[in-house]
Amino acid sequence: MFLGKKRKGDRIFRWVVIGASGYTLLMLVLVAFSVIEGAIPVFSLEGLSFFIGTDWNPVEGRESYGALPYVIGTLVTAGIAMVIGVPISLGIAVFISEIAPPKVGTPVAYVIEVLAAIPSIIYGLWALLVFRIWLLDLIERPLYQAFGGTLPFFAKAPFGLDVFTAGIVLAVMIIPIISSISREILKAIPNSQREAAYSLGATRWETVRKVLFPYAKAGLLGATVIGLGRAVGETILVTMVIGNALGIAAIPTTLFSQSNTISSVIASQFNEAVTPFHSSALIALGAVLFVLTMGINIGAQLLVSRMVKVVPGGRE
Amino acid sequence: MINYQKGSIAAVTSEEYANSSVDYKLSSAQAYARGYKVSIRNLNSWFGVKQALKNINFDVKENTITSMIGPSGCGKTTLIRCLNRMNEMTPGAAVKGSVYLDDVDIYANGIDPVTIKRRIGMVFQKPNPFPTMSIYDNVAAGLKLNGIRDKKLINEIVEESLRGAALWDEVKGELGKPGSSISGGQQQRLCIARALAMQPEVLLMDEPTSALDPIASAKIEELLNDLKKDLTIIIVTHNMQQAARVSDYTAFMYLGEMVEYGPTKQIFENPQKELTERYISGKFG
Repeated sequence: MFLGKKRKGDRIFRWVVIGASGYTLLMLVLVAFSVIEGAIPVFSLEGLSFFIGTDWNPVEGRESYGALPYVIGTLVTAGIAMVIGVPISLGIAVFISEIAPPKVGTPVAYVIEVLAAIPSIIYGLWALLVFRIWLLDLIERPLYQAFGGTLPFFAKAPFGLDVFTAGIVLAVMIIPIISSISREILKAIPNSQREAAYSLGATRWETVRKVLFPYAKAGLLGATVIGLGRAVGETILVTMVIGNALGIAAIPTTLFSQSNTISSVIASQFNEAVTPFHSSALIALGAVLFVLTMGINIGAQLLVSRMVKVVPGGRE
Repeated sequence: MINYQKGSIAAVTSEEYANSSVDYKLSSAQAYARGYKVSIRNLNSWFGVKQALKNINFDVKENTITSMIGPSGCGKTTLIRCLNRMNEMTPGAAVKGSVYLDDVDIYANGIDPVTIKRRIGMVFQKPNPFPTMSIYDNVAAGLKLNGIRDKKLINEIVEESLRGAALWDEVKGELGKPGSSISGGQQQRLCIARALAMQPEVLLMDEPTSALDPIASAKIEELLNDLKKDLTIIIVTHNMQQAARVSDYTAFMYLGEMVEYGPTKQIFENPQKELTERYISGKFG
C-alpha cells in the first residue's frame, strides 16, 4: 500500500500506536478470561441461581452463595449518592462558572480540585470515626424517632453504619469529581450563547436553565456517569461504613439497614476465602460488577450519542 | 473619575456644536422632546484600569439608522454594548455616565438591566442561535422568557418576526429543524428575528455581517431599511461602504472618543475633522 512509500519513522510510529491500543483490547480479554475462569466453580455449584440467590454461607460442606443482596446494596448506595450528589455538584459548577466573580470562583474551583484528589480511604476514615456520629445524632435518630413508626424507610433503629451513611459519604466523595468536570463543561460553552440569552432579557437562572443546561446536557450527563461509575465501584470507603451484612440480611429494607456492596464484600472477605468455592464466589461477584459497570457505561454512551444527534454543533 | 481631556479630540467641542446637526447642548429631556430615542450623556467605560470610552455624548433620532465606524479597538463595540447594559456582563468592566432611552436613564438606580434588554434588542457579530432549539423555538425564546404562553399569539409573532427578518419564505416548511442547521446568513437573520420577536424599540447590531458572505450581507443591509420604519437601529460596522449605504447618521470613533458625529452624507463627503477625513479616505485604520 501507499504506506510502504512512507518514511521509516512513520512505520515505527504506526506500529507503536497500534501496539498501544492493542494493549487495551488484550487487557479486556485477559480480565474477562480470568474472571470467567475463576467463576466457573461457583457456577457449577449454584448454576444461574447465583445471580438471584440470597444465601452467603462459606462453611465447608454447606456452602451456598448468591449475589443478589450485594447487587441491590450497590445500586441502593450508588442511587443515594447520585440523588444527593448530582444536584449539589451541578449547583457548585453553576456557581463557579456562572455566578461567582473570578475572585471567589477561582479559589473555590481550586478547593474542589483538591477535594477530588483526596484518596477515598481518607473519606472512609473520616466517615467511620467522625461523620457517622454526627449523622447518627443529627439526622438518623431524629428521623427514626419522627417517622420510624410510620414510614418503612426509617423503620429500623439506626447506629450509624448503614446504606444511608454509605450513600451520603459516597456523595461527599463524588461531588468534587462531578462538579469539577461539570464546571469545565459549562466553561466550554461559548460566551455568545450567554449573551444571546441575556440580550433577550433572560435572568441568570433562566440563562442557566433554558440555554446553558440544554447546550451542555450531553457533557453534564457524561460527568454524572463518571460519578456514578466511581460510586458503583468504590470499595474501601463503603466497606468501612456500610455495616458489612451478609446473605439475605444484606438486602436493605430500610435506609438504616446494614448492607454490603459487591466490591465491599470482595474487599472484606478475600483474605478469609480459603475454600475454592468461596474464592470463586468472590471472583464471580467481580464478574457481576464488571458487567454492571460496563452496562452503565454503554447505556450512558447510547444516551449521550442520542443527545448529540439532537444537538448538531453546526451545519451538516 | 471622569477624565475630561482638555485640548484633545473630545466628542463635545463648541466647534462641533456649530457644525453638527445634533445639538449636544440639549438636556436629555429636551432631546427626548425633539424625537431623539437614545441620548448618551458623559458616558465613560473602563476595563480594569484601561479606559475604553471617554466622555461620549450624542443623541440618536427615532426611526433612523446610526452607524459607528472606527478602527479596531476604538471602543465602538464597547459603546454599543453599554447601550443595553450588556457591557457589565464582561468581568472587569465599569461604566459611568447616562444612557437615556426616551426619558429614562437606563443606568439610574433601581433600573433592572433585564427589563432594559427586553426593550433594546441586540444582534451579535457571529450568528448565535440556540443550537438545542428549533428555528421556531429560537424565535419564540424571548417571548417564552417573558411569560407569554398564548400559543396563537406566539405563532403570530414568530411568523411576523421571521417575515420581518426576511427569512420566513426560506424556512417556513422547516420550522422544527434545529436553529443551527441553516446557513450562516440565515442563522444571522434568525438571530435578527429572535430579537424582533421581543418587539424592541431599539435594535443594536454589532458588526452583524462581518461573519457573512457578500450576498448574505446584502440581504441583511436590505432588511435594515425596512426595519427602521418600526425601530431605531444602531449598528457597529467595520465596513465604511456599509455605513455609507445603510445609515442616516454616522459616528466616527477613535481611541475611545467620539471624533465626529453627523449625517452620513456629511461625514463621508464633507467631514469636519481632519482625523475623520484621513480615516474615511483610508489613510489609516
